[in-house]
Amino acid sequence: MKDKLEMIKHSAIASIETADTLNTLEELRVQYLGKKGELTAVLRNMKDLSSEERPVIGQMANEVRESIETALASKKVALEEAEQNKKLQEEVLDITMPGKTLKVGHMHPLQKTLEEVQNIFIGMGYEIVEGREIENAYYNFDALNLGEEHPARDEQDTFYFNSNLVLRTATSPVQVHTMEKENLPIRMIAPGRVYRSDEVDATHSPIFNQIEGLVIDKNITFGDLKGVLAEFAKALFGDKAQVKFRPHYFPFTEPSAEVDVSCFVCGGEGCNVCKGSGWIEILGCGMVHPKVLEMAGIDPTVYQGFAFGVGLERIAMIKYGINDLRLFYENDIRFLSQF
Amino acid sequence: MNVPMSWLKQYVDIDVDINAFVDAMTMSGSKVEAVEESGKEITKVVSGKIVSVAQHPNADKLRIMQVDIAGEREIQIVTAAKNVNEGDIVPVSLDGATLAGGLKIKAGKLRGELSEGMFCSVEELGFSEEDIEDAPHDGVYVFPADMPLGIDVKPYFGLGEQVVEYEITSNRADCFSILGIAREAAATFGKEFKFPEITVEEVGGNANEMATVTIHNEDLCPRYAARIIKNVKVGPSPKWLKDRLLSAGLRPINNIVDITNYMLLEFGQPMHAFDYDKLAGHNIHVRNAKEGEKFVTLFEDEVELDPSMLVIADDEKTVALAGVMGGNNSKVTEETTTILFECANFNGYNVRQTSKKLNLRSDSSVKYTKGLDPNNITLALERAAQLINMTGSGEVVSGKIDAYPRKRESITIPYDVEWINNFLGTSLTEEEIINYFISIEFVPDQAAKTVTIPTFRTDVTMMADLAEEVARLYGYDKITPTLERAEPTRGAKTFEQKTIDEIRQIMSMHGVYGALTYSFESPKVFDKLCIKVDSPLRNVMKITNPLGEDFSIMRTTTLNGILTSLSTNYNRRVEDAALYEIGKVYIKPSDDATPILEGKHAYEHELPQEIKKLTIGQYGKNVDFFSFKGMIETLMSALHIAKVEFVRNTELEFMHPGRTATLLINGKEAGFFGEIHPQVAKNYSLDTRVYMAEFDLATMLNAINKELKFKALPKYPATTRDIAMLVSKETLVGELEKVIIQRGGKLLEKVELFDVYEGAQIEEGYKSVAFKLIFRAEDRTLTDEEIQKVMKKVLNGLEMNCGAKLRD
Repeated sequence: MKDKLEMIKHSAIASIETADTLNTLEELRVQYLGKKGELTAVLRNMKDLSSEERPVIGQMANEVRESIETALASKKVALEEAEQNKKLQEEVLDITMPGKTLKVGHMHPLQKTLEEVQNIFIGMGYEIVEGREIENAYYNFDALNLGEEHPARDEQDTFYFNSNLVLRTATSPVQVHTMEKENLPIRMIAPGRVYRSDEVDATHSPIFNQIEGLVIDKNITFGDLKGVLAEFAKALFGDKAQVKFRPHYFPFTEPSAEVDVSCFVCGGEGCNVCKGSGWIEILGCGMVHPKVLEMAGIDPTVYQGFAFGVGLERIAMIKYGINDLRLFYENDIRFLSQF
Repeated sequence: MNVPMSWLKQYVDIDVDINAFVDAMTMSGSKVEAVEESGKEITKVVSGKIVSVAQHPNADKLRIMQVDIAGEREIQIVTAAKNVNEGDIVPVSLDGATLAGGLKIKAGKLRGELSEGMFCSVEELGFSEEDIEDAPHDGVYVFPADMPLGIDVKPYFGLGEQVVEYEITSNRADCFSILGIAREAAATFGKEFKFPEITVEEVGGNANEMATVTIHNEDLCPRYAARIIKNVKVGPSPKWLKDRLLSAGLRPINNIVDITNYMLLEFGQPMHAFDYDKLAGHNIHVRNAKEGEKFVTLFEDEVELDPSMLVIADDEKTVALAGVMGGNNSKVTEETTTILFECANFNGYNVRQTSKKLNLRSDSSVKYTKGLDPNNITLALERAAQLINMTGSGEVVSGKIDAYPRKRESITIPYDVEWINNFLGTSLTEEEIINYFISIEFVPDQAAKTVTIPTFRTDVTMMADLAEEVARLYGYDKITPTLERAEPTRGAKTFEQKTIDEIRQIMSMHGVYGALTYSFESPKVFDKLCIKVDSPLRNVMKITNPLGEDFSIMRTTTLNGILTSLSTNYNRRVEDAALYEIGKVYIKPSDDATPILEGKHAYEHELPQEIKKLTIGQYGKNVDFFSFKGMIETLMSALHIAKVEFVRNTELEFMHPGRTATLLINGKEAGFFGEIHPQVAKNYSLDTRVYMAEFDLATMLNAINKELKFKALPKYPATTRDIAMLVSKETLVGELEKVIIQRGGKLLEKVELFDVYEGAQIEEGYKSVAFKLIFRAEDRTLTDEEIQKVMKKVLNGLEMNCGAKLRD
């Protein structure tokens, strides 16, 4: 009986070793360990053994079973692995073929630029305020220190609906409305459409977008204005960007300045983009005129502030190297998809 | 404002090079736009004397000349010029010279004889014959006999002059003059401003006995002064005066006109010369024009005046439009012997209005428009008289006529060193600040802490203005950038702004591009959009001064903008296009609003409602009504807008009557979407199906569930039942769904359409519709009986309300 068990063990293990499919392996399991299997048959004959022999043979039979089971299990792992490897071989793809893409749309380049500008100012504690585009003359002119006879009022080339209602020529009226609400301090930017009577060409549009900023608080200085706009320029054009403040005149600020940023293409050496000067004019700014504060009901002896205005189209054109303003309003998908 | 450097240097010593000069001027507030140099390209042209002339041996028309250019030797020039001979001094371009227009001169042989250069005509130096008085017709220019030899000829012709172009801001009328710029340059460089020395030689007589001036409207004419010049000889100006004008780009005309132009440039003061003998009664009246009065300008244009306009009249007639233009009836001619030289101040706004109304502009009206200082007249009139003396143009009668009813007084304002420093973020001493004031002729009183502002600086009225003067002279670039020492504020987007950001993202995810279109358009778009004649959309805000009809009305619907852009794409062969815009429409207010006619809220009753719309437009290969609707459904669910319904809309004339839906949010109309009417598509040259949506943004925003709350995940399994039914073809799936939801009650978690079928095996006029119903209870596993009960209710409802027949 012992011999028989030994024999079963050897023949089983030898057969398992050579099995090359999972099916063969299963057949072998049935052949040796199944209900009608060889080992089972041996065990079934145990009852004929003496009581001395039975535990010995029993133990031995269990050992043989375990050996066969172990052999089966390890062979199974090996065969499964081989099978998987084979399958993996068969599943090789040409990964250079194109993917199945989802067509996504893009943000308008002006919107994208606005988003960038807004994020810079939100980070500095500014809120974004919007307002109406059609205003009466008071909010568009008078409240900004542009009286009836002011020459600048003539220069603006404004669209009128009647002698008193106009399409706003700047987003400044939004600032006036905000100041009138008397919630100080104010830190705001007012983005939006503005309108001027310019014929359409590559660099002019009767409709364009402006972002104006306003800060009103106690102890605000011209140095603070320089500080904020220097930060803005760096955030938008990179850390190397320098700003230059040149004296200028706006009726609603005093002192006023125009701001140039060092050309981000040539770094100030002079190139086509900056027309050789090394500088690009990007915005106008100044300390809010005391009369403007007063008209909005803010005491200029207690509060000061600064204001600035920047053309969104101009920034976007500089940033992306766009050379024709008309592209912004054509909405050609081949243009929009570049941003 | 163009200022020749040589002219400027008469009044201030500038010892830096041109680049340093223009940079410093820009930084102190006189922005330099450009520096032009006249005759910049002309080089190596010198004066040379013809010392001998010989005939060319091989050419009848050529002569060989030896020319003395004060060099080591004489040079030889072969010329075809007929007007020059031995002894003439002429401009000679040497070997390697460049002439106007870039023409290069090289030594070479002409028909075998060496020619080392060329004689020049004025044309070759960039002029026309008329520019240079003694230029011969079609020949070489000949200098006067006293012309030195061998010198660069450019200065003689006023060439080589650097002319600086300044951008003068509208608050600085005083800088629209060479003296004004010189004053700024002096302050910028800390130099002395050397005002011209003015002396006048008078010949006796008394101007005030020869003419009178009466100002009838002092508001529009604060001052009117004049001098009388007799024995006038109208003729060409002397060379120095011509050169001055040429250097500034002005063409000399005659002495009287040239002096007027000179004054306009140097003092910024317009002057006008009347022929004294043509002034009836020799009395000047400054008064308003009469209604309908006709006036003929010195250019012989006839214009019709109205009483808002100021004129200069004599006892009988109008002789000039004040500040704008003189009249033909009193102009100076070659026969004129006596002139009345006007030097006056007129209201700039009124001059501008008159100039605009009559469409007449002149150098003088442009100057007046800036708003001039009446006190400038005192010296200007004397300077003009001095120029008459200097040019020998006539004799200055003693005495001045000067009516000055509205004297402009200088103002005195306080200064506060600490305030100025705090305002600018500087730490300047009082001494420094005072010195800046003095440099621009502000007169400080340190004891009183005040400063008196000269009358030509009307832009300075308060301390902030003083701060600006200090800042620009100190240098904006020297002020240190700082961070505000102030109360913090919160920087954040509003709910609306954040939601719009989300909408943009969702649109992008669906392949829709952000677009921007004009807010004003043509009134013709309504016909193009097939909008009914009586539609309220046609009630628009009209621009009274538009850039043409195409941009004349504010849009009341955003469809045109997006359709136009889709059409642009379609006609440029872009296969698929999807665009959205978040933009405004402008809805005219109803007429019954209470009018406000005065004050800062004037006419606000006429302000339109500005309403934001989300507009989406799309065409393309895989686009149909349901893909478009699916995008809208996704948008609504992504935004957490729950109660959304779609109702068939057959009423919109510009939409396909069978493929358009109204979007209801919480039962409220929020807009429409669907396929655009084929006729409209055709009108926009879109030969394809086009889908459009226009939604009211505020309605969407209001419906967003802002307070999202967690709901426990289901603990008990769901049970699914499919039902298929036959209904008449016209029955709407939405109706069936409504019934299922209503009948399904609380246990029905979800209903999904999974099949609609018409055709074989289905009775004519019917369709088969199949739904999957998902049931679930929060607190238990549903039993078969419970589900059966609900299903029965659902099926009964479908049968009763929709005539549905259950299919097996």
